[in-house]
Amino acid sequence: MRLGDKVLKVRSKNAGPFWITIDIFCGTPEAFAEVSEKLETQRVADLTGTPLQLVKRFDIEDLRVVKLSIPRPVVQGSRDDRDMHGAALAVLIEEMEL
Amino acid sequence: MTTRVLVPSGVLGLGFDRAALSRGVAMKPDIIAIDGGSTDSGPWSLGAGQSKYSRAATKAEWRHLMQARAEAGVPLVIGTSGTCGADATVDWMYAITAELAAELGQKLTVARLYSQQPARRVVQALEEGRVTPLTPAPGIDADGLRAMANIVALGGVEQVQAAIATGADIILCGRVTDTATIAALPIARGETVGGAWHGAKIAECGALCSTNPTSGVILVEFDETGFTVEAMAQTALCTPHSVSAHMLYENSDPFQLYEPGGYLDVRGATYTALDARRVRVEGSEWVPGPYTVKLEGARAAGYQTTILAVLRQQHYVTHAQEWADKLHAFLTAQITERMGLTPPDYTLEFRMIGVNGALGALENRQGQPAEVGVLGIVTAATQEIAAEIGKLINPWVLHYPLTEDEELPTFAFPYSPATTDRGPLYEFALNHVMALEDPMSAFRLTVSEVG
Repeated sequence: MRLGDKVLKVRSKNAGPFWITIDIFCGTPEAFAEVSEKLETQRVADLTGTPLQLVKRFDIEDLRVVKLSIPRPVVQGSRDDRDMHGAALAVLIEEMEL
Repeated sequence: MTTRVLVPSGVLGLGFDRAALSRGVAMKPDIIAIDGGSTDSGPWSLGAGQSKYSRAATKAEWRHLMQARAEAGVPLVIGTSGTCGADATVDWMYAITAELAAELGQKLTVARLYSQQPARRVVQALEEGRVTPLTPAPGIDADGLRAMANIVALGGVEQVQAAIATGADIILCGRVTDTATIAALPIARGETVGGAWHGAKIAECGALCSTNPTSGVILVEFDETGFTVEAMAQTALCTPHSVSAHMLYENSDPFQLYEPGGYLDVRGATYTALDARRVRVEGSEWVPGPYTVKLEGARAAGYQTTILAVLRQQHYVTHAQEWADKLHAFLTAQITERMGLTPPDYTLEFRMIGVNGALGALENRQGQPAEVGVLGIVTAATQEIAAEIGKLINPWVLHYPLTEDEELPTFAFPYSPATTDRGPLYEFALNHVMALEDPMSAFRLTVSEVG
């Protein structure tokens, strides 16, 4: 089952010009527990082309949110940037199989 | 003591609920604070020194806020005027303010806080070892700093407090942190420092911390142990979840927020519903550190010309990437032959819209789209060269055949001329902090009368 089918919403946004942060809003405690347990940080690193040691991860039980922050694959607005607001990255997470 | 800060919306130019603003004014705020900028739309604003929002929208909203200020009888402050907070956009905001003061018959004292940095100041700081890279940071040197179109430093509460202390009715700030204009007065009046920064972060996007984000208006009441946040629109509720979730927003770390002179730590914060509309927050901690201000800089990285062709025939849609690769190789040879240019004198890239336009190499899905948009982007040292390359490639982007033995195809160009000159491409070129002994040493204040 796709991660996006289990959770309320996945959002990705710039966190300044040099970082993107991905918030997985799980909704229920059950969905949070499952995502928190099964989502391997390595897979997010692979999907986004980020070295594992640069991925910051926060599993926030109170909010039922798993948050992942990565240095932008390309700096915001530079010649090779395709997505000024970093919003499309969320789709890669939504579409991954848990 | 308590200090009430009314925040009309997350940014000037995006609109707010006027009934909610009136309700906020009736709550007797001590200051009205709104943000005017962000890096979120990209480096163009800072590079060009221009607002991304229209003057008409800015002026229409600022008129309502100047009227609200007159009614409330308290200072009105805007942070990061004109999107980027360069000197030119502070003065742009000042011109709008002066026009409105005359139109509204208001006589006002206006303070302008300038945050732009002459390159020589940053070069000197670099040479003195006072510039430190954050992660990840582009490399910098003196020549690179001198080549920047604009450099700004993000002021914190100290600089905004200095502006408030002038007694001005309206304070137009250059680049400051999103939170500084909200946190400044509560901290100056002795409210809890951790609570002030935390409440400011919660309120900096206006009603985004509530259940109705587009309503805009938020009131935060700060005191010596924490803060209480309430949305002013009747349709908007602040709940412990909506408020605490806002710490996620545009933050790479949801628990620690770096600001000039230290960082905010919210790991010990508690969020309690006072009723259905209001949330009380306590336990946030301010951890003082060295006094540094973050730097932002944009430099021109060439000039661009673009061209867009839409492929609709299935033969071309199916083989779009192969077509673009062959076309690219052909055009590279043509540009060398006819203009004597080879990369990296220029770059030419084709992006396949409908295939992987948003994600590029990270795209992992394949489909069979009805059509593919091929966006050609030329980047060169001058606009003239980029435009000339655009004109040179134009006929082949329109007619290039996939194989030699087929008739010349014609693709869909959406407009004439087919090429668009985009002007300079700016890029963010600083992710550094600069240490200051005196917070005002890199900022300046001017005060004048309008109306």
